[in-house]
Order: sequence, then structure tokens, then C-alpha cells
Amino acid sequence: MALVDRIGTSLERTPGGGIILTSVDALVDWSRGQSLWAMPMGTACCAMEFIAASFSKFDYDRLGTFPRPDPRHCDVMVLAGTITEKMKPAIQRLWDQMPEPKWAIAMGNCTVSGGIFYYDSYSVVRGADEFIPVDVYIAGCPPRPESLIDAVMQLRELVHEESIAPGKRRERNTKLPRSKAEANERMEAMRTPESDGPHAPAKVVNKEFPSDVIADEGGEV
Amino acid sequence: MTLEIESKEATHDTDGLPVEELVVNIGPSHPSTHGVGRVVVHLDGEVMTHVEPIVGYLHRGIEKMSENRTYLQVVPLTDRLDYVGSMYANWAYCRAVERLAGISVPERAEYLRVIVCELQRIASHMMALGSAAGDTGAATMFIYTFDERERIIEAFEELCGSRLTYNYVRPGGVSFDVPEGWLDNVLAFCAAHRDKLTEMDKLFFGNVIAKGRLKGIGVLSAEDAVAWGASGPVARGSGVNWDLRKHDTYSVYPRFDFDVPTGSNGDAYDRGRVRLFECYESCRIIEQAISQMTEGPVKTPLPRLLRPAPGEAYSHIESARGSLGVYVVSDGTPRPYRMHVRSPAFCNLALLKILAPGHMLADLVAVMGSLDPVFGEVDR
Amino acid sequence: MSDHLEELRERISELDPTIYPLFSIEFGDAVIAVPLDDLLVTMHRLRELGFDRLGMVTAVDRPEFFVLVYRLHSRALSAGLFVKAKVHKEDPVAPSMFEVWPAADWQEREVFDLFGIDFEGHPDLKRIFLPDEFEGHPLRKDYDHPRVIRRPDYI
Repeated sequence: MALVDRIGTSLERTPGGGIILTSVDALVDWSRGQSLWAMPMGTACCAMEFIAASFSKFDYDRLGTFPRPDPRHCDVMVLAGTITEKMKPAIQRLWDQMPEPKWAIAMGNCTVSGGIFYYDSYSVVRGADEFIPVDVYIAGCPPRPESLIDAVMQLRELVHEESIAPGKRRERNTKLPRSKAEANERMEAMRTPESDGPHAPAKVVNKEFPSDVIADEGGEV
Repeated sequence: MTLEIESKEATHDTDGLPVEELVVNIGPSHPSTHGVGRVVVHLDGEVMTHVEPIVGYLHRGIEKMSENRTYLQVVPLTDRLDYVGSMYANWAYCRAVERLAGISVPERAEYLRVIVCELQRIASHMMALGSAAGDTGAATMFIYTFDERERIIEAFEELCGSRLTYNYVRPGGVSFDVPEGWLDNVLAFCAAHRDKLTEMDKLFFGNVIAKGRLKGIGVLSAEDAVAWGASGPVARGSGVNWDLRKHDTYSVYPRFDFDVPTGSNGDAYDRGRVRLFECYESCRIIEQAISQMTEGPVKTPLPRLLRPAPGEAYSHIESARGSLGVYVVSDGTPRPYRMHVRSPAFCNLALLKILAPGHMLADLVAVMGSLDPVFGEVDR
Repeated sequence: MSDHLEELRERISELDPTIYPLFSIEFGDAVIAVPLDDLLVTMHRLRELGFDRLGMVTAVDRPEFFVLVYRLHSRALSAGLFVKAKVHKEDPVAPSMFEVWPAADWQEREVFDLFGIDFEGHPDLKRIFLPDEFEGHPLRKDYDHPRVIRRPDYI
């Protein structure tokens, strides 16, 4: 939102100071992005960090994100905490009650993939995106409140590039992936063997371990 | 899985007029049920006649999961049980494993465990008091208490790098020694915290509205508290002087001089006030522990795979919610054969159905807040 | 530690001689092993002896039978105690302790839910954690869930 972000200087330059020209699309997106009321779907540990984020120290109210435990009032559902099979229909119903347009933030590993419960649990849903279209994922167990604030900023960027015309998206200069497929492509690109990036696979080196390392195998925890 | 509640039944009042019984479903997503609690309330007018708490919305099967992991891999799972007081579940589990495998713990580690657990008790009680106050309309109190909690969380972050899931207490000791200057910070916190507690006592418990909302609400008799297996501040609010730190003492607690605050009326007000006074006592314990502590190692070296001999061990500690017990059975393999958590929040929440009937619907949140359930631990 | 347990044994035996042969010390804890038929009577007796708190009710799935494990506490004797009883796998039914200690209410529902042990005399025995449609009892050793991945054996 280049124009509206520079609203102060734009006004100064206009004699008399009253008129700004912009498209309705941009203005609507700007206003949507500045006041994302959050539906706290706090089920487990991450809810504590969600509360912490909304209290004095982190205070994400200043981003216009206000926790409101009523689906009818909210724009974004913050899925904070483990989702079990028993809880899933309740969350689904709350999600269906939220008016369009709506977004979802998956906060914490449990809602990203099942997290620590992925391998062993018989009752945990492996990731919120099994039943809710998630826009922003935050990793962490639990993520810090700053991560949640960062997620809200990223979501705002996503909101800013949506169009009020259904199904359309205005082209903007953003670094965010436009779909999950694109995000996966980027991840794959980072994983190619030629890449020297942080996600490059470890090179297998045939080297004998020094004997003192082997002796350390039963070391302390 | 459906969320339907049972059909209404028409009853007749004393004059023979048909009265419709109203059934209200609260939760599982409700800000005053402290997580994913669900309560189905039957109402006669505005008075609750029958209250049915429904739990299990956060049942993750941690007991079964631990049968698929090694003894040390279970420790992070215990963090997620009681997510307001992670240190307790760590400690209770580690004590059980130490007993099972015959592991000794260095003295400094025991002192550190006491210090972090008493800090955790303050943090947990701050959360309990704040959310209970917030439920009854005193939002200011919530902000005060959360500020205090945040200071402890910062101290824990400095200590072990995590704000909520610490994994600090491990079998054989604790994971790290304290950073330089950390104990001084804790002492400074304790000194400042006492003044804050006095202020909170005046702000909330001295407030005529809080007294009106909480006094005489959810009265639990001492006999019921014992028979229903209540523990922690819920039992002590009813005058049951039962604190494992004193009466089935463990670790280095016999070396400290502290009191066990008890209430007399057993109502929501007394339960809350007991929590507040426990924070004073925790400050006392922390100060004594820091002055008694000596230098030394903080963990016993252990092999990466623990293989305790076949047997079983039970250990219980006094957590912020009551007596938290862990029962571990070994069959000689590197995995626990069975791990069971005796959860105080679970037993305390069962009291809701005898405490709430007879009160107005608006008092339900006051009763529930005073029981302080944490659903990670209730549902496990 | 064991002196304390011997003392407890003596004191309990003085109060009620019928309990003495059932008393044993396993892994540093006082254990009373009871046949399932005598469980309710023994529990009533123990309650009269001063074990006024029922701390924990759980079960362990052993290859041939289930073991019901009760943890009792006494403030008067300042002691803790395990009570154990074997339950058949073919017909897992046990008496409910609700009439002795109401604390058994939810804990027995939990054991019913996760082990499938029926408690006779329980006022409201139904699943507590899992939804009613859930099939099987997950804490049994033969339970298998398609999404659970068995970790490798660390031998």
C-alpha cells in the first residue's frame, strides 16, 4: 500500500490537504489489513503465548489485532494449540460461522503438522490444514509472541494484495509465495543439490571418526 | 462426533405450572472455560440445577505416547501436560524415573528444582488469579498478575531458553546451571513481588465487588474435599491442611521454614486467597533455598538409554494445582511399559458438578476459575 | 524407608488383622494385593482404618490380565499405600469404588475409557476423554492406530 503508507507526506504536498486519489480496491484492502480482529482458537499451550502477545509487554493491539472470542466479529482465526479429533468439529463450526473474507493463522507446531504428537498420538489431528485453509504458519513449540506479531504482519501483506473482486489477486511486489504450491516449489528449489543454501543436503564424507568420538557414545545427557 | 445437547424436559413447578428446563451449552470454545472445557448446564430460571462438565477436547494420549518413546524422550511430553506449570510435571516424572532406576541427584540440582518450581508456583498462581478475576469482570487484576508472570517467564527464558516448555528438570538433575547473576535477579524479583502481592490483595480481594462475586460461592466442605480427592489450594481453601511439601515431604523441603495457608469457608474467595498467600510462602522458600545453596554439580551423568530393572515407581509432588503423581512401570526395556499421570486438575474439576448447582449461571465461571483447571493436564 | 513401611504394616495389622497377609512391600512401596472379589470389602476396611483419600485409580495391561492400581493416602497414619487387584481379560469387570470414595467417579470413567474395564455400581459409566464413536481402548497393548508410527527398537 504504497500510497496510503505515505499518506502523511501525500497530504502535505496537496495544497489545502484534502484529496488523495486511490483505487477502491487498494483502500478496502488497506482498511481490512489494518484491523484484523482475531478469533483466539486457543486449545493448548500456544494459547498462553497468544494471551502473552495481547498483554502489556507485547501488546499486539497496536497492530489493530484485537482478540475477540466471537466468530461473527472476527477476520482471522488464530489456531493456537493442539487440535484433537474430538475438538475438530467445534473448530470447523466456528470457522464456518466466521464471515468472509476470513483468514487463518496456524500458530505452533501442533497446528502446522501435529508437532511433537505427529508420530505417536492416536487422537491428534496432524495439522490444522487438514480441514481449514491456513494462510500463515508459525513454527515453534510454542512460538514466541513476537512470531505471532510477525505472522500478523505477513498476513497483512497477503490481505493487501487481495482484490475485492472474488478470486482475483492484484499483482504486487511481495516476497510472499502466492500459494501453497508455490511455497513448496521454493522449498524444493532450496533443496537442490547444487544449492549451497542453509537447506542444502549434508554432503556425505567417507571419513573415519576419531576414536575419542566413538568412546564418547555413551556419554552423559 | 456431534456437539448436540440433550433434549429439553418439561417439568412442573410447585404451583403445577409447566416450567421448561433450559439446557445451556458452554464451550468447548469459551473464554471463561480456561481452554477447551465444556459444561452443559441445566437451568431452572437462572439457577443451575444440574451441571455436567465434559472433558477430553485436549486428550492427546500422552500416556500411550510415552510407551513408544525412551525414558528420556518422555520428558518433553510432560512439559505439555500442565502448560501453565511445566516444571512440575518434569519434576514428578523425573523423580519417578530416578526412583525406578536408582539415580541419585546432586544437592545443588535439588535446590535448583525447588527454586524453579516455587517460581513456577508463583507464575501459575498469577495466571489462576488473573484469569479467575478476569472472568468475574476484574480485567485490571489480570493485567497486574500477567505482568508478574511475565517477569518469571523472562527469568525462565534466561535459564533454559524457552518461555513455556522448559524441559529443564531431567532425570539425574537439571539441564543447566544458572547463568551468572540469575539468582540475584530472582531475589530482587521476590522482594518486589511481595509488594505487588499486597497491592493485588487490596485491589482484588479487598474490592467489594469481588467479595460480592466470590464469597459464599461454590462452598466445598472439608469432608467433601477429602472424599472427592481434591488437593492443592482447592482442598486447602476448605481448611484441609494437606500439602505434600510438609506432610509427605520430598527433596530438600524439610530444610525450609514455611507455612501452609488454609482457608476456612471453602468458597471461591478463600481458594483464591490461599493462592495469593502461597505466593508469599514461595518467596520465602526461594530466599531460603538461595541462601542455603552451595556450589556443585547439577546433574548425574547418565547413559543415553536408560534401562531400569523391571519394577514400578510412584512419585508425587505438590504442584500449583495439587498433588501431581506420576506412576511409571518398567519391564526392563528402554521404553516405559506404562506411564500414568495422576492429575490434580482432573480430580479438582470433577468437583464442579457438586459445587455449581444451586448458584446462578453467572457464578459458574467464578466456581470454575477458583478450581483453576488446566486442560492439558485434565485431558492429558 | 523400609523401617517406615514395616511400622505401617504393624500399625495396620494391629487395627485389622485380616489385612496383614495381604500386605507386601514391592519396590519400596507398601502394596496390598487383593483378589477381585474381596476388593470392595477390603477398601471399606481400609477407609475405616483412616485411608480417607483415594489418590489415583489406574490400570496396567499385563500379558495375562489387567492390574487395577489404587493409590490411597491417610492423613492420620501419614502414609501412602497401593492396592492392586487382577482383572480377567476376557470379562473385564471390577466393582466401583464410588460408594467408598466419590473421587473414583472420573478416574474410573477414565480407566473404562482407555482400558475398557467395566465398573459395576458406577453411577454414570461412559467414555470421558474420547468421543463415543471411538473404537477400541487405546491403552491396551493390542491397540493399534493407523497413524501411529512405531519407533525403532533401541536395542
